Amino acid sequence: MTDVIAVTGLTKIYGDKRVVDDFDITVPRGAIYGFLGPNGSGKTTTIRMLCGLLTPNAGQGTCLGFDIRTEADRIKEQVGYMTQKFSLYEDLSIRENLDFIGRMYRVKNRGERVAAALDDLGLANRASQLAGTLSGGWKQRLALAACLLHDPKLLLLDEPTAGVDPKARRDFWDEIRRLAGQGVTVLVSTHYMDEAVQCDRIAYIAYGRKLIDGPSAEIPQQVGLETWRVEGPDLAALETRLKSMPGIVQVARFGSSLHVSGTDRQAFEKAVNALKAEGTHRWSQQIAGLEEAFIYLMAGSQDNFAAAPDEAASP
Amino acid sequence: MNAVFSFARFSAVLIKEFIQMRRDRVTFAMMIGLPIVQLMLFGFAINADPRHLPTLIELGDNGPITRAVIAGMQNSDYFDFQGVVGGEASGNEALRRGSANFVVVIPQNFERDVVRGHRPEVLLDADASDPSAVGGAAGALGGIVQVAISETFSGPLAGIVPPPPPFSVIVHRQYNPEGKTSTNIVPGLLAIILSMTMVMITAVAIVKESERGTMEMLIATPVRPLEVMLGKILPYVMVGYVQTIVFLTAAYLVFEVPFQGSALAFFMGFNLFIVVNLALGFLISTAARSQMQAMQLSFFTILPSILLSGFMFPFAGMPGWAQFLGQGVPATHFLRITRKVMLKSAEIGDIMPEMGALVLTLLVISAVAMLRYRQTLD
Repeated sequence: MTDVIAVTGLTKIYGDKRVVDDFDITVPRGAIYGFLGPNGSGKTTTIRMLCGLLTPNAGQGTCLGFDIRTEADRIKEQVGYMTQKFSLYEDLSIRENLDFIGRMYRVKNRGERVAAALDDLGLANRASQLAGTLSGGWKQRLALAACLLHDPKLLLLDEPTAGVDPKARRDFWDEIRRLAGQGVTVLVSTHYMDEAVQCDRIAYIAYGRKLIDGPSAEIPQQVGLETWRVEGPDLAALETRLKSMPGIVQVARFGSSLHVSGTDRQAFEKAVNALKAEGTHRWSQQIAGLEEAFIYLMAGSQDNFAAAPDEAASP
Repeated sequence: MNAVFSFARFSAVLIKEFIQMRRDRVTFAMMIGLPIVQLMLFGFAINADPRHLPTLIELGDNGPITRAVIAGMQNSDYFDFQGVVGGEASGNEALRRGSANFVVVIPQNFERDVVRGHRPEVLLDADASDPSAVGGAAGALGGIVQVAISETFSGPLAGIVPPPPPFSVIVHRQYNPEGKTSTNIVPGLLAIILSMTMVMITAVAIVKESERGTMEMLIATPVRPLEVMLGKILPYVMVGYVQTIVFLTAAYLVFEVPFQGSALAFFMGFNLFIVVNLALGFLISTAARSQMQAMQLSFFTILPSILLSGFMFPFAGMPGWAQFLGQGVPATHFLRITRKVMLKSAEIGDIMPEMGALVLTLLVISAVAMLRYRQTLD
């Protein structure tokens, strides 16, 4: 079996709110799978259900070949889970934290493994510093090192790079790709588009529902956006005009240009042609990127949720 | 394979807990310092038989009998004469202000009426808003006056003294012949200190994990609940041992509280009591969402331990329903064990009723705690 995760119908209900609703996902071995979606969309809850921290109200499936409902203990042994918030002990030193994790997973040759991890981190000379005194970037690296100490087959990373500087994020992703190359499967939730691009496959989640799921390169095509790039004077006024025109579903500002998108080809071209005729701005057609696609999905899903939460919110 | 109980994981939690305890200096100092401070404070401060109470006197007469009465009261140590008041109004004013606990009123023509056999009345006006403050002194007064004046009636006045009663009552103060309050308070105080620290520390230690977000990491590892519980609780059991050793040593050296009974009986009761408290702390941790809530909930268990257990007030003196509630407080039973063993030379057989009650309490608390415990984050 090559699918590391294969679940269907996963549902989690808190009170009368369906935080995760009928969620299916299949993750092949060695893939980097991205979870995208606005805050509160159920990404964390889904990840917690996959590694046995939460019991789903409905749904079934396997993770690493073990049943997510009944064999959570077996799953936990082979999963490295990095929580959104730093969850190692701040009042323990770096070495004590790694030692603790090593003991918890009964890692063989713990002393050597911890020493090697400290060397890899470049923290060998600061091993007795308290974890709470580390900066955000270092905490993130330490948390990742702790996750990897027991050679997990699956990494679940919940917004691992929130609040980390761009250099550290780049290093972090290099490491993730290196691990994936070794056959480790990675499931990562993120808000950042530049990180989404790094994933092999992406699932977009909003309000507990999966809106779209596919290889990251195909997502814009699946969303089906037509996009024009506009440059010229007084973009703010133009933006206001565009937003009120029929056929235009999204106007997003990118630095000194506007990206104007539509889904209904005829209506959209009509609107764009009318404006192009005015000749005040430079227009150029371009392929819609992931970013436009997600801004569109995010806006759309909110509307759908507010209007009819029970209807399937597919674009 | 995931063993049902892994010693490696248990020791991981244990070691971590010890490191954290050592780093948290304030809590550590409190755990060791608290028993000593409380022992000194309560051991010396609490006195159920107060003496040297401020007393005023309203003198309507001034003769040898009056002087004998006053001298007798002064010598009893209960009354401390602070001065003379002119009349009823100023006496009442002093009681109302709280500057005196008693006003003794010697009526006019007191000496003459005594000699004539008119049986005049000496009035003891007491501030009884605090009954225990005046109770001992007021109760002792009759006897004091009796003894004091009998010596002044000699010669022709000897006939006034009433004959002694046909029999006498002898009080035999067993287990605490000097009636020292500290002998009563100190063994009970151990129950209170242990309830306080054990319940609170356990509750806080467990809640701390969820409050700091480390619980999520902890249960994402293959660790079993039993390993976490034992690993987290055992260090605090040791704290309880240290507290008790420090406490008993200080009690013996400073307050000369004896330890008459079976050490084994004490040891058994003590261990059972610690387990009950840890279970209670664990139960609180399943209800509290923050360390602050855990502290507050623990505090709710402390007041009944002090007030309903028989620590401060005699258990038998409480109404039936309060005694019923008091039976549910674990400290009630351990307090009886410590008093029985330390003061009454109790053996294992003597503390069986209390042990049974503690086991019952433990079963109830554990059952509720287990029902409430969540292994997952739900």
